[in-house]
Amino acid sequence: MMQGLLNWIDARFPLTKVWNEHLAEYYAPKNFNFWYFFGSLALLVLVIQIVSGIFLTMHYKPDAEMAYASVEYIMRDVPGGWFIRYMHSTGASAFFIVVYLHMFRGLIYGSYKGPRELVWLIGMAIYLALMAEAFMGYLLPWGNMSYWGAQVIINLFNTIPVIGSDVSTWIRGDYVIADATLNRLFALHVAALPLVLVALVFVHIVALHVVGSNNPDGVEIKKLKDENGIPLDGIPFHPYYTVKDIVGVGVFLLVFFAIIFFGPEMGGYFLEHANFEPANPLKTPEHIAPVWYFTPFYTVLRAVTLSPFMGTLAMFGAIVLLALLPWIDGNPIKSWRYRSKAHTINILLFAACFLVLGYLGVKPVIPMLKELGTRMTEIYFMFFIVLWIHSKPGKANFVMWFLILAAVIVGIDLFRYNPEATDDASQIVWQWIFPIGYLALTLLLPGVVKSFNTEKIVPERVTS
Amino acid sequence: MRKKVIAFAATLLLPVSLMANSGGENLEPANIDLHDHKSLQNGAKYFVNYCMGCHGLKASRYNRIAKDMGLPVNPKQTGKTGKEADQVADANAKLITENLIFTTDEEGKPSSLGSLMLSSIPPKDAAKWFGAPPPDLSTVGRLRGADWIYNYLKSFYLDPKRPTGVNNTVFKNVGMPHVLWELQGWQKLEEGEHGHHLVLDKPGKLSPEEYDVVVRDLTNFLTYVGEPAQLVRKKYGVFAMILLVIFIGVAYAMKKEFWKDIH
Repeated sequence: MMQGLLNWIDARFPLTKVWNEHLAEYYAPKNFNFWYFFGSLALLVLVIQIVSGIFLTMHYKPDAEMAYASVEYIMRDVPGGWFIRYMHSTGASAFFIVVYLHMFRGLIYGSYKGPRELVWLIGMAIYLALMAEAFMGYLLPWGNMSYWGAQVIINLFNTIPVIGSDVSTWIRGDYVIADATLNRLFALHVAALPLVLVALVFVHIVALHVVGSNNPDGVEIKKLKDENGIPLDGIPFHPYYTVKDIVGVGVFLLVFFAIIFFGPEMGGYFLEHANFEPANPLKTPEHIAPVWYFTPFYTVLRAVTLSPFMGTLAMFGAIVLLALLPWIDGNPIKSWRYRSKAHTINILLFAACFLVLGYLGVKPVIPMLKELGTRMTEIYFMFFIVLWIHSKPGKANFVMWFLILAAVIVGIDLFRYNPEATDDASQIVWQWIFPIGYLALTLLLPGVVKSFNTEKIVPERVTS
Repeated sequence: MRKKVIAFAATLLLPVSLMANSGGENLEPANIDLHDHKSLQNGAKYFVNYCMGCHGLKASRYNRIAKDMGLPVNPKQTGKTGKEADQVADANAKLITENLIFTTDEEGKPSSLGSLMLSSIPPKDAAKWFGAPPPDLSTVGRLRGADWIYNYLKSFYLDPKRPTGVNNTVFKNVGMPHVLWELQGWQKLEEGEHGHHLVLDKPGKLSPEEYDVVVRDLTNFLTYVGEPAQLVRKKYGVFAMILLVIFIGVAYAMKKEFWKDIH
């Protein structure tokens, strides 16, 4: 009976073929570790967001007069409405947590390198679409932080020379953020961007399944196949990784539902306190901070003070550079397991720097933190240069590069140093230790101590 | 592998406990109990009598707060059956209508039990009287936090420089007058060795201890109104956690079984 139905469908649609190509006969390396849960989890969160989002749109009203009240209506009068709303608000933050970990996995195991450049690029497009989606969704509750946060972000377009203010007016549909803005961002949030996201995720997976998955050893499993053409180190995705990912799903949901049921505001980071009063164009919140997942880039924006436009460019540049990783990092060894200690230090310091940038983005600007933001921004951008230098560890003159980059940092410091602004000046004087220390650990150390610059031999087969 | 997963889950959960208590500095803890029905009822009583003239709770309905305060007006929610359920619900409805509902509908009848808790103050006039219209307090519990509300209501003091004659140490130059003055009395700001502190200048109808109870109950009520779901969500959470732990156990056993032959 079932077989008959399957044959009937297969004659009209390649169901069995698709099933086999992407699950039952898609051979994934057998050594996936903890970091490989986050791809499937990102897919899960996407589904959670779409389903909870559909239910929210049934009750939400995209109208400046009614939006705030309709959200509170969902929280009180819609049966189970609070649960749906918390799923969606927690899901937004969970999406970024999962995606950041997914990207970090790509970074440490060199998954962006050939032949997976397109997988990485499509992934970066997903990340951009996700940021746009999150920003637009954040305006919809029409709380005061929604309003002023959107004000800050849309005003970024103001910084474009000549056409800036026309562009931002065009985006808002009004001279201020108003009903027209809310309406269009609603349309984009519930229809346009979800479509783009789903399409991109589909393409991301199709591209991945053509080139095959990378693994913690960075070994290409397709190079060694048995007589049937099956990779020696590969196992069928289904059932092996489906049953494994279900465990990951369970652990993820445990954390996810713990937040929803016991602390949906997450101390004001997932749902900001200032967003519990309706949007008020006449009342600026004491301290406008974007939601946590934007804060690293927000700090970069604030750190570059040459001109507002340069700040905006630096912020977008920080994202674009990530997309260029496949061409910046030319080292043939993929996984950090077999690269030099200096490379490992470089990646760990970059991750730490990203976290500090994120932390600074929610803090008010005081001289110490302002300077720290500048220093972390310097490290953020230098990471890509150092990564490029590490492409050829045998040939590159690390000490020379250390001196060049340190000179650049000192040059920027001399340019910024103004003895009359005592607070800022004293911060500049001692915080140079961060970028110079970073360069010392990633360039000077491997340049002087050979063991920090030795790479290991990549095995033919995956290890564990 | 297992250790890593547990460690990772722990790091994700850690911030919940670290960030659970947010609020300003130097605020006395409100120590409210959201499940104390008497306290919620008392808070609601004081709210409709002293606050609702200016502040609405337009996201909230009378019958909903009645149910959450242990006075359900729907027979099905009374936990009783048949006639008894109707009697209890009717008695509760009478209690709520007589004690909490002071507004009327278009026909002049008391607002219905299912209506929203709107204030009757005309917003335009209110803006003229106080400089800004008194905000709706539906979500103030989440905006400010319980400790803030509790301390704010205890921190009015006489200040002849202000148009209302009072100022507040928690909310400087607030436009709101001290509406609870007849209960608390009037406080004075005194400069001491360790900064300023408030002392009772003229006692009100209530002793400081009694006033404390009123303010705590009001805070309790407003915190509850900010998010009615908080009365139940932790209960569901415990069930969800138990279910998921079982699910993870089964899923892990299944994974182990499937992976037996992979080395």
